[in-house]
Amino acid sequence: MNAVRSITRSRLFWPVTALAALLIFNVIVTPGFFGITLKDGHLFGSLIDILRNGAPTMLVALGMTLVIATRGIDLSVGAIAAISGAVACTIIGDAPDPGNPGVVAVAIIVAVVLSLILGSWNGLLVAAFGIQPIVATLILMTAGRGIAMLITEGNILTITSPPYKFIGAGFLFGLPFAIIIVAVMVAIAALLTRKTALGLLIESVGINPAASRIAGVRSRGIVWVVYIFSGLCAGIAGLIISSNVTAADANSAGLWIELDAILAVVIGGTSLAGGRYSLTGTIVGAIVIQTLTTTVYTAGIPKEIALVFKAIVVIAVCLLQSPVVQDWMHRRRPTPSSTKAVAS
Amino acid sequence: MQQTPIVEMTDITITFPGVRALDSVSFRMFPGEVHSLMGENGAGKSTLIKALTGVYSIDSGTMTLAGEPLVINGPAQAQAAGISTVYQEVNLLPNLSVAENIMLGREPRKGGLIDWRATRARAAELLERLNLDVDPRSQLSTHSLAVQQLVAIARATDVDAKVLILDEPTSSLDADEVAELFRVIGRLKESGVAILFVSHFLDQVYEISDRLTVLRNGALVGEYLTKEILRIELVHKMIGKELAVLDELEGRTRQAAADEEANVEVPYLEAKGLGRKGAVEPFDLSIREGEIVGLAGLLGSGRTEVARLITGVDRADSGETKVLGIRRRLRTPRIALRERIAYSSEDRKTQGIVDELTVRDNIVLALQADRGWFRRISKRRQDELAQSYIQALNIRPANPDALAGNLSGGNQQKVLLARWLAVAPHLLVLDEPTRGIDVGAKAEIQKLVSSLADEGMSVVFISAELEEVLRLSHRIAVMRDRRKVADLPNEDITVGQIMTLIASGADEGVNA
Repeated sequence: MNAVRSITRSRLFWPVTALAALLIFNVIVTPGFFGITLKDGHLFGSLIDILRNGAPTMLVALGMTLVIATRGIDLSVGAIAAISGAVACTIIGDAPDPGNPGVVAVAIIVAVVLSLILGSWNGLLVAAFGIQPIVATLILMTAGRGIAMLITEGNILTITSPPYKFIGAGFLFGLPFAIIIVAVMVAIAALLTRKTALGLLIESVGINPAASRIAGVRSRGIVWVVYIFSGLCAGIAGLIISSNVTAADANSAGLWIELDAILAVVIGGTSLAGGRYSLTGTIVGAIVIQTLTTTVYTAGIPKEIALVFKAIVVIAVCLLQSPVVQDWMHRRRPTPSSTKAVAS
Repeated sequence: MQQTPIVEMTDITITFPGVRALDSVSFRMFPGEVHSLMGENGAGKSTLIKALTGVYSIDSGTMTLAGEPLVINGPAQAQAAGISTVYQEVNLLPNLSVAENIMLGREPRKGGLIDWRATRARAAELLERLNLDVDPRSQLSTHSLAVQQLVAIARATDVDAKVLILDEPTSSLDADEVAELFRVIGRLKESGVAILFVSHFLDQVYEISDRLTVLRNGALVGEYLTKEILRIELVHKMIGKELAVLDELEGRTRQAAADEEANVEVPYLEAKGLGRKGAVEPFDLSIREGEIVGLAGLLGSGRTEVARLITGVDRADSGETKVLGIRRRLRTPRIALRERIAYSSEDRKTQGIVDELTVRDNIVLALQADRGWFRRISKRRQDELAQSYIQALNIRPANPDALAGNLSGGNQQKVLLARWLAVAPHLLVLDEPTRGIDVGAKAEIQKLVSSLADEGMSVVFISAELEEVLRLSHRIAVMRDRRKVADLPNEDITVGQIMTLIASGADEGVNA
């Protein structure tokens, strides 16, 4: 009884259940949905597609989780993704030999460094100047696309560069390279937060900034770092997006990705009020969102109601996780811990 | 009993994850009576109150209100049924005006819109009844905690209350304000309201209450008429042990003070002309190693401000500080902690405990912050630290994985103490460490402070209770109107003398 309760009370329970339900729905509608085939040493199948297509959202949501844990939010991730892709494509496009791995390496390094700088700009505004995160990152959200437009000179920049295309469309060890990038970033984030004290300090600052300050926590530094990390994740996501289509589109690359990312964090059980967070939950949340998108296509749901369908599922998951429904289901009193019972 | 109880709770049980908060407790209240709920920290007082006010739902048991079965789902229903509460920690909205706070959710309306004029008028009337000179239009956060507390009481008395619950209403009030509050309680009592009173001040309990219920470790000990139970019996029932340790302590402290008198050395911390505009006038203060300096003064006299300046929590705009004779600017708590100076805030809820983290995380927090992000304290070391402090300070429940927010106030205070002790401070500044804490835990903390000083730690000890300050301190600094007015060694000083120092020339109390 207790074991059942502790499973259903885990904040991973509903996102995982939602994911399972979606997958089952899919396999009923499309019997071959779980099929994974090996072609030329590469794995193919709907599940692989979900992971690969969801890679940018997962990355952005990863960075967003830590930002949200510090009571912040980063609206500029889509714009950073667009800038990152635009810079990389411009450098490659301008090079005499776009297929040269050296050129691609330079492009990637410049894009990544720029993303770090943009992330630290956000961090500067929030941590050093004390501007509210939603306002601080709104600046770059709106200005960022303009910057990307300037870089691409208003065009959709198409390039031909096999090494660059590898990032988003290549395979390594049979898996799409984008999935491996996500796995590595998740591992880095997990190591950084759980093997060092950063995780504890991030949660402490998110729950009670005043008490943390008196305890000697350098909250400014911590807040700064999470925005930089978020910028980095967004930048890499931008590379994957532009590589996938081998083009930089300043207007639509990463458009609305910040909303999907925030949604993924929330579905994953991290409260927007900050404090305790779950990286695993976020990744599951991002996969749920991507599975939804894929379901819409594979199940042949008419385009007109696709968004409505997506919204219904998201509302269902959020409602199931809400304190009211949780308490009703478990007939529990609303203890301060009821919404965040389990550590990630 | 000739009357029927207005409230009757029978066999109430409530459990939290890892904590059995109430175990089959029965409780009743009669109209027109003040009923005190007594018990140590963690005895279940707050939990019982929260069950009655619908904050917690009960696992088993029944409740009746005026003979009718009472089922409460949430505080709003409790209030609608006539059960009003003023909690231990002020639960108001600091960014709204006093009037808005008092009338929130019950604003008089005109044509569907809030009638602000009537709202303010009604608020002013309620404040008037409490004899409180506060502008209803002023923002709540501009007032002291004491005034905020009275505003909370004004708010609670506005509702057509059958039952008024006052959870530690006097813990941040001075004597005048307490008298004022008791006058109001008396009037409410005459009008037939049943008042549930929770306080750790035995004097007040005996002064105001007609009936007592004693809880211990979540279980009912008994219900008594106040006039029929002696204080000493009551204390025994609450804690079940003797308290001779206190007298012993006093003798030791006096002795230590005399011993150190001859000893001239460089003070651990020396503040010269330290001050901050609008907070506290420039003051001098020095604290030697192993010395306990008591800060006495009324609420709002500047004692907390002194503590915050010497610990870097607030930045001084004049003067200088020396640590062991070397000039150091203590600009942030982090810098102060580097100098082994720690500050334990009076405001446990917002400046102390990190409620959603575990007891263990709370204990290691300051130590970990000091070591930085990358030198993480190993899980095993964290467990050792947590276990040893849980044992040494007798933290209940003895579960390092319990969420700190689920602990009682006194146990949270001990967790905070553990956090500071874990960084092995040379100077520990304790701002009201015993406020809202029962006799037993109070004695434990006092004993701890005394033995830490014996081991060479310097302590600045702030308390509203002068007896406590006198008992513990080697030296006493007295604050009045944001100025330091005296600094005397604790030799043959009496509470009366300090009272005189605090009071002379200062009539305005805390109506800031």
